[in-house]
Amino acid sequence: MKKYLSFFRLRLAMGLEYRVAALAGLTTQFFWGFMLIGAYRAFYESNPSAFPMTFQAMVSYIWLQQAFLAFFNTWRYDNDIFSLITDGGISYELARPVDLYRMWYAKNLAMRISEAALRFAPVLLLAVLLPQPFRLGKPASPAHLLLFLCTMTTGLLLMIAFVMILYGLCMRTVSPTGIRLFIPAIAEFLSGQIIPLPFFPEKMRKVLELLPFAGMQNVPLRIYGGDLSGDAMWMSIALQIFWLGVFLVLGKLLFRSTVRRAVVQGG
Amino acid sequence: MIHLENVVKIYKVARRGTGTKETLRAFFRRDYTEIRALNGLSFDIQDGEIVGLLGPNGAGKSSCIKICTGILYPDSGTVECNGFIPYKDRMRYTREIGVVFGQRTQLFWDVPVGDSYELLKDIYDVPEQKFRENLQELTELLDLQKLLMTPARQLSLGQRMRCELAASLLHDPKILFLDEPTIGLDAVSKLAVRKFVRKINEEKKTTVILTTHDMQDVEALSERVMLIGKGRLILDGTLSDIRREGASLDESLVEFYRDMERDDQESGDAAE
Amino acid sequence: MKNHAFRLYRHYISINVRSAMQYKASFVLTILGQTLATVSTLLSLVFIFRRFPNVKGFTINDVILCCGIVQMQFAAAEMWARGFDRFAETVRKADFDRILLRPRNQILQVLGSQFEISRIGRLIQGILMLVYGFLKAGISWNFMKVLTLVHMLFAGTMLFSGLHMIRASLCFFTLQGLEFMNIFTDGFREHGKYPLSIYGDKFLLVCTFIIPYALTQYYPLLYLLGKRTDWWLAFLPLLALLFLIPCFLLWRIGVRHYQSAGS
Repeated sequence: MKKYLSFFRLRLAMGLEYRVAALAGLTTQFFWGFMLIGAYRAFYESNPSAFPMTFQAMVSYIWLQQAFLAFFNTWRYDNDIFSLITDGGISYELARPVDLYRMWYAKNLAMRISEAALRFAPVLLLAVLLPQPFRLGKPASPAHLLLFLCTMTTGLLLMIAFVMILYGLCMRTVSPTGIRLFIPAIAEFLSGQIIPLPFFPEKMRKVLELLPFAGMQNVPLRIYGGDLSGDAMWMSIALQIFWLGVFLVLGKLLFRSTVRRAVVQGG
Repeated sequence: MIHLENVVKIYKVARRGTGTKETLRAFFRRDYTEIRALNGLSFDIQDGEIVGLLGPNGAGKSSCIKICTGILYPDSGTVECNGFIPYKDRMRYTREIGVVFGQRTQLFWDVPVGDSYELLKDIYDVPEQKFRENLQELTELLDLQKLLMTPARQLSLGQRMRCELAASLLHDPKILFLDEPTIGLDAVSKLAVRKFVRKINEEKKTTVILTTHDMQDVEALSERVMLIGKGRLILDGTLSDIRREGASLDESLVEFYRDMERDDQESGDAAE
Repeated sequence: MKNHAFRLYRHYISINVRSAMQYKASFVLTILGQTLATVSTLLSLVFIFRRFPNVKGFTINDVILCCGIVQMQFAAAEMWARGFDRFAETVRKADFDRILLRPRNQILQVLGSQFEISRIGRLIQGILMLVYGFLKAGISWNFMKVLTLVHMLFAGTMLFSGLHMIRASLCFFTLQGLEFMNIFTDGFREHGKYPLSIYGDKFLLVCTFIIPYALTQYYPLLYLLGKRTDWWLAFLPLLALLFLIPCFLLWRIGVRHYQSAGS
């Protein structure tokens, strides 16, 4: 376990080096949040009763989404890993005395945490200081805040378990480009990145809430503002943990069979 | 004719300390270190000459080439090539020069080499008739027949360099700049490149300015050698001025650099 | 001379297209990927407008029309001004040296260096949305409306191209942190799917006088939809072309800086 930890630390330090990129990133995210809220405000004003969440919960959803985008972004991959897969360098990686799954998991986790670490605080700080109705509100209750933090962590672990499955699939196919382009796009839409799940038609939303993608950002972001509460909330949390387990096992199996195949075929 | 007089080129490099405090400070006030890449460089090159530019890494060779080709302009001093001031008369001057960078390509990567040549024809406005003639001649000299239909990405380094040479000569330049043209090539390709450059120089009277780290290039090609160190011309002569008794050319050159360093230090000490 | 420039540019495009065709699989996948992105944008609009039949006076058909126009402007700019969009790489690999070594206009060479034919996917989806919006929004066609549309598409493409040019000019000074320019390109493509007035008056003012998106989007859109009938709205997009002047000046400053400082 120690070597994965040191790997994690190394990648984290590397990520923290990119201060200017972080500044550019947080400016973008702040602007994005501002524009999204602007559009939703227009819809809210046209008919408040048709709005499927409270406006305050919606604002919180957007600011937290932008602040922690590095956690929720279905498009964020490690390009080194992809080039390893496409140019064949992967056979060297497989020959090393480390567990590839753990190593890459640690790498991706560190990458996302370092990116979020530099960006979330300034975005949240600005969001708290904004005038109404743009201001980021308080969590629904201290318990909701705590559960938000927990489910965001689970969500992040789930996201990376998902990304690991994609890496695994890419190792098994001749043309990883297709997987790389399509699955993230679908996951993005189904996870509530483009519009929050409550804005989906009722029947569709009910199905989507059972899928693993809902656990990635929908659950934590809606818990914070109290949009998800009570039984529905506990149900979502249980599902989130269930899917995390499934994805971890699936990814592990996928990696193991790939490694075995590579060994048999001699790389 | 190329004429450089007292050319100075200074780069400003932002200096940045490490650590958070230093970074914050650098955010408000930047410290610059000046690097004098060229420090009063002067020389003349006559039409039809082949000149080898030598010098250790960072001596100013590539700044010199960039100033002579109009990519950079000097901070002070005079540059005149074929009656043009390169960085001012870019549009007219660049029609008269060809440049090959050994480490980079000017060919389109994914289309046949011949297609890149067709584009160059349009870029340099070469008349159709002239283009056909030149292409045929270069194809024979460089043995390009089979390569013209191949995409550049599929060429070996040696094949690519032959194609690069042809690419930079399609418009009949009067001066040819070669920046490390034999880097990474195998023995056969090196010989082919050298032979070709000689021939072009003899037949078309093209002036050739060549930078290289390969002493055999210089030995095979140029009577005249210019040694650049710390942005100045240290020696303008022939290889025999560098060669020492009982040592190879490479060894002689290393000796030469070492002496240069020592002289520098002594004169520095004397000044203090 | 003008003619030569045009012929050279065509030649550049032809080489770029032939290069792209060497990678047919990736070309097709990229187009399909863009389709998916547009589909999710479109679906999200459909879902939202099920709840809110109109927003600040615009119906879903108006918004789809607007979205289609902005998509087309953006795609066309990414297609033909890709050389500016990817300019960081040109500077990093010192390929700009080569551009300076050729007896041709630098901007022409940069534009010619890349032509992203795969953006045709987004362009076609833009056209489809435009056509759908037109049919549904019940616009009565006449010459002036066609002219307005042409002006919008042309000026909008130029505006996006100018923004790409600003980003490219900045590459001469630094290669770090230029992602923030995405706010102005991807940002407007994304948030410009709604007529800009829905974001409020102050924002509309900024988009009129500072970065004149609204001149190529909101005001002429009102004319297209028949919400306003002033004839000059049809020509308003052309005013946005003034934005290219500062872009051009910045580019000139950048090139001078490059020539004095090296890479």
